Amino acid sequence: MIPAAFSYTRPASLAEALSLLAGASDGTKVINGGQSLLPLLKLRVAEVDRLIDIGRLGELQGIRPGADGGLVIGGAVPYTAVLASPLVAERCPLLAETIADIGDVQVRNRGTLGGSVAHADPASDLPAAMLALDASFVTRSSAGERVVAADGFFHGAFETDLRPDELLMELRIPGLAAGTGTAYRRLAQPASGYSLVGVAAVVRTDAGRVVDARVGITGVGEVAYRARAVETALLGGSSVADAAAHAADGQVVASDIHADAEYRGAMAVVFTRRAIEAATVRAG
Amino acid sequence: MTLAANPLDTLGQPLKRKEDPRFITGTGRYLDDITLPGMTHLVVLRSPYAHARIRSINTSVAKTMPGVVAVYTGADTAEVNPLPCAWAAGGVENHLDTPRILTPDVARWTGDAVAAVVAETRAQAVDAAAAIDVDYEPLPVVVNAEEALKPGAPQLHENAPSNIEAQWSCGDAAGTAQAIGSAEVVVRQRIVNQRLIPNPMETRGSIGSFDAGTGEYTVWMTSQAPHVMRLLITAFVLGIPEHKMRCISPDVGGGFGSKIFLYHDMPLVAWISKQLGRPVKFVETRSENYQATTHGRDHITDIEVAGSRDGVITGLRVKTIANMGAYLSTIAPGIPTTLYGRLLSGAYRFPNIFCEVTNVYTNTAMVDAYRGAGRPEATYVVERAIDLFADEIGMDPAEVRRRNFIPPDAFPYDPKVLTGPTGLTLKYDSGNYAPALDRALEMAGYADQATAKAEAASRGKLLGFGLSSYIEICGVAPSKWIGLPGEGWGAGLWESANIRVHLTGKVVVTTGSQNHGQGHETTMAQIVGARLGIPVEDVLVEHSDTSGTPFGYGTYGSRSGAVGGIAAYNAAEKVRDKAKRLAAHMLEANPEDMEYDDGTAFVRGSPDRAKTIAEIALAASVGYDLPAGMEPFLDETAYYDPPNCTYPFGTHVAMVEVDRETGHVDLVRYIGVDDVGKKINPLVVDGQLHGGIAQGVGQALWEGAVYDDSGQLLSGTMMDYALPRASRLPSFELDETVTPSPVNPLGIKGAGEAGTIGSAAAVVNAVVDALSDFGIRHIDMPLTDQTVWRAMRVAEAGGAGGDVRGAAEGRA
Repeated sequence: MIPAAFSYTRPASLAEALSLLAGASDGTKVINGGQSLLPLLKLRVAEVDRLIDIGRLGELQGIRPGADGGLVIGGAVPYTAVLASPLVAERCPLLAETIADIGDVQVRNRGTLGGSVAHADPASDLPAAMLALDASFVTRSSAGERVVAADGFFHGAFETDLRPDELLMELRIPGLAAGTGTAYRRLAQPASGYSLVGVAAVVRTDAGRVVDARVGITGVGEVAYRARAVETALLGGSSVADAAAHAADGQVVASDIHADAEYRGAMAVVFTRRAIEAATVRAG
Repeated sequence: MTLAANPLDTLGQPLKRKEDPRFITGTGRYLDDITLPGMTHLVVLRSPYAHARIRSINTSVAKTMPGVVAVYTGADTAEVNPLPCAWAAGGVENHLDTPRILTPDVARWTGDAVAAVVAETRAQAVDAAAAIDVDYEPLPVVVNAEEALKPGAPQLHENAPSNIEAQWSCGDAAGTAQAIGSAEVVVRQRIVNQRLIPNPMETRGSIGSFDAGTGEYTVWMTSQAPHVMRLLITAFVLGIPEHKMRCISPDVGGGFGSKIFLYHDMPLVAWISKQLGRPVKFVETRSENYQATTHGRDHITDIEVAGSRDGVITGLRVKTIANMGAYLSTIAPGIPTTLYGRLLSGAYRFPNIFCEVTNVYTNTAMVDAYRGAGRPEATYVVERAIDLFADEIGMDPAEVRRRNFIPPDAFPYDPKVLTGPTGLTLKYDSGNYAPALDRALEMAGYADQATAKAEAASRGKLLGFGLSSYIEICGVAPSKWIGLPGEGWGAGLWESANIRVHLTGKVVVTTGSQNHGQGHETTMAQIVGARLGIPVEDVLVEHSDTSGTPFGYGTYGSRSGAVGGIAAYNAAEKVRDKAKRLAAHMLEANPEDMEYDDGTAFVRGSPDRAKTIAEIALAASVGYDLPAGMEPFLDETAYYDPPNCTYPFGTHVAMVEVDRETGHVDLVRYIGVDDVGKKINPLVVDGQLHGGIAQGVGQALWEGAVYDDSGQLLSGTMMDYALPRASRLPSFELDETVTPSPVNPLGIKGAGEAGTIGSAAAVVNAVVDALSDFGIRHIDMPLTDQTVWRAMRVAEAGGAGGDVRGAAEGRA
């Protein structure tokens, strides 16, 4: 459990970090919490020449109210801070529900939201919630800033829209309209705690009728995805159970020693139904 | 818990463990805490192939890497003998194949040691190991023991045709065949007991140091049996005089059996330290522990249980294929034979039992004793058999247990299968099984399970109750039973203790047993302190160093209390005898008139004519005035070889709720009523039971070592091998019955493995009960969400004969 040798730099400012990244070699990797990266390095599944640690940059800290009633969360904010935030509890309980039992206390103290999103593990929970919340990510490089919607950000397993010279600065989560309920439901792999299936649902109802629905699913496909077939069915008046049956539509469902594709696909349906049902109840 | 009237009589008291403050404040001294001057670091290169011929090894680059001191391959260590196997299956032909300290020609599993790199730092050694270039010729691989027996299967060893290590049997073949042939009801089932990884909190390691001045070696090791390791390393592997090596186990963070054995690194560090003239440390990583330290269980078993519709079982036939892994670990062949077959009567008066076992080599990590060692496997077979039989005849499984229990007036009971090749008959020492069952059922609310099940159903959950009325064989001994002429164990199994009462009245006890979490430093002090009437604080227990402690066979098999503890008891008796004789001399009394109680020797009937143990110790230590012929000092040693094993028992009840949609099993209550005889320290016993139950639940629900067909360990890290966690377990509800063992003067039986032995079957029986509406009668462990879900779906789809991971079957 000793990684191959690498150099480590902790830039003192954002400007320094961006300039380091601007000329960086392929072997350079940003570390932002490191709760996924370090195990890969220690197992020598991954090797890097240089780590640039952005965990202490002030510009990536802080949980602030968004102008639209939502939230702006710095890319290096650890899970623990999100779980402790009254603002998050008030404006986006789905976020707290999603990350509440990620890893363990130590992992949640170190692991960051930006790190998780940028790493894009196909079984990590946060991307499902980001998709369901219609979040967007602010990225910055020495060339400038971009705002990228979560929907479209996750390209594949461990692949995102983030460019090698960019940092993930902020997660922007829009405010929820009145009458919106949210829920996260997941089936955890008993060894790692990662989700075999994780489903985030955001549902708005009006007089008992679903008028808006977004469903993000992780663990099932190659990477977290929006379950549009489910959403369309719901808006079209299907029962929750009928809509949830489309949870894995179009996905190449993952298979491993913990859950084969048949079981994962079936659980995607079950947990999608449960998440939507819970969100609907909360929508009132 | 009430305190005894006499504070010195701590036997049976729930004292907090003396060793815990150092463990929980980070001041324990474990192997990796030891740094010697000039110490180098060893990293082992292990084969990435499960079966491959080594064409060549190029170490030239590695040798030039920074900090590298030496690189060795199997060619360099060809002079060193293979590791010994100390327990061949008793009374039958064995084809023994054991590993070498570095494999010279063929790698036979993905943990096989191919090269050894020694460097100034561990990181340098890791880097250099990655630079070694090995040219492998991959060979065909077999990982499943049943597959390994088939014609055309890859062959691991020339001397083991069909990969068979040994074929062993016990019991009455003809009688059992007759019972099955003539029975009203016969139930047949294949049962797989999956492979497990022991997972002690501390991984293994060893440090070798050679003193050129004295020609003596010191080897620190994470061993449960340092005295035995010294014997094996010196006399068997390196061929050096036994007295020229000192073996020390420092604080050891658990073992669960996996640290009983001799591993290649232990002689290797000794050998290297002499080559280099520098100490060398080896500490395995967790991944390496998973890959190369022993695993447990891994049985494929076909059972047939026969009986009548009135619930009486008349015969049990068991045929087991036991996976040994690529070579034999130190005592591997004895685990699925003696420690398995001989327990197959369980708590029951089965008139006919026959068991056949085939030990098989495969391209996997070696399999050896893991907490319970054969006895959990046997208990699982018996307790599943009872439930399968009960299901078949439509009788309450509690009632079937009751009808087949060995009755209390039948003890000592001869289950026949305990009698081995020597004809020496061991009998269950004592037991009264129904009260523990009754109490467990009462605690579980078993009589009203219909109400509980209906309540769960109203929440969409399937509630199941599962019973396990286990027995176990603890305090494994006696030597004349288990030894070579009988069960094939290549040594004895007695234990030892020495007691020295120093001039100031303080006591040092040395024991041949080894403490790696069991609490010896407390419980041995309680035994000696109580017998001598000395406060526990004044008794120091030393162990685990071949210099300064008497020879002992080590700690495993729930034997440190019932064997090692009795050695300490007997040594204390010798001290009391001598103290009485010396006190008689001091009091000018007749030695025959002396009594000893509460730390005082006194004249019977005249308690004021007395000498305290401190006064006696002082007199014995200074030696100014001793009776004629008496040696100075209170220093007594006892070696204890018990006349029999001990046989704890109990009934556990698991209550589970199954999620019909996901297959998720939630263990909602766990009740254990255990009878471990008298207890030295009930707090320590409860701790052992809690941990043991958690491990058994872990096997039932989550754990499993999984190899792919090419022999790669897929469950190679804790991210893929699911251990039990406190958050997934209910608070265990424990109670007891107390049936003292007549085998030893303390009436103790043993508790280290009871929880593990009883719990897996209880949980599986509970899940099967929860799924009874589906017609499911068996599912193989681990009962993961997916496995249970699939069993339900297969049953719904057509019911009968569905094959869930080999074995979930609908009712035929």
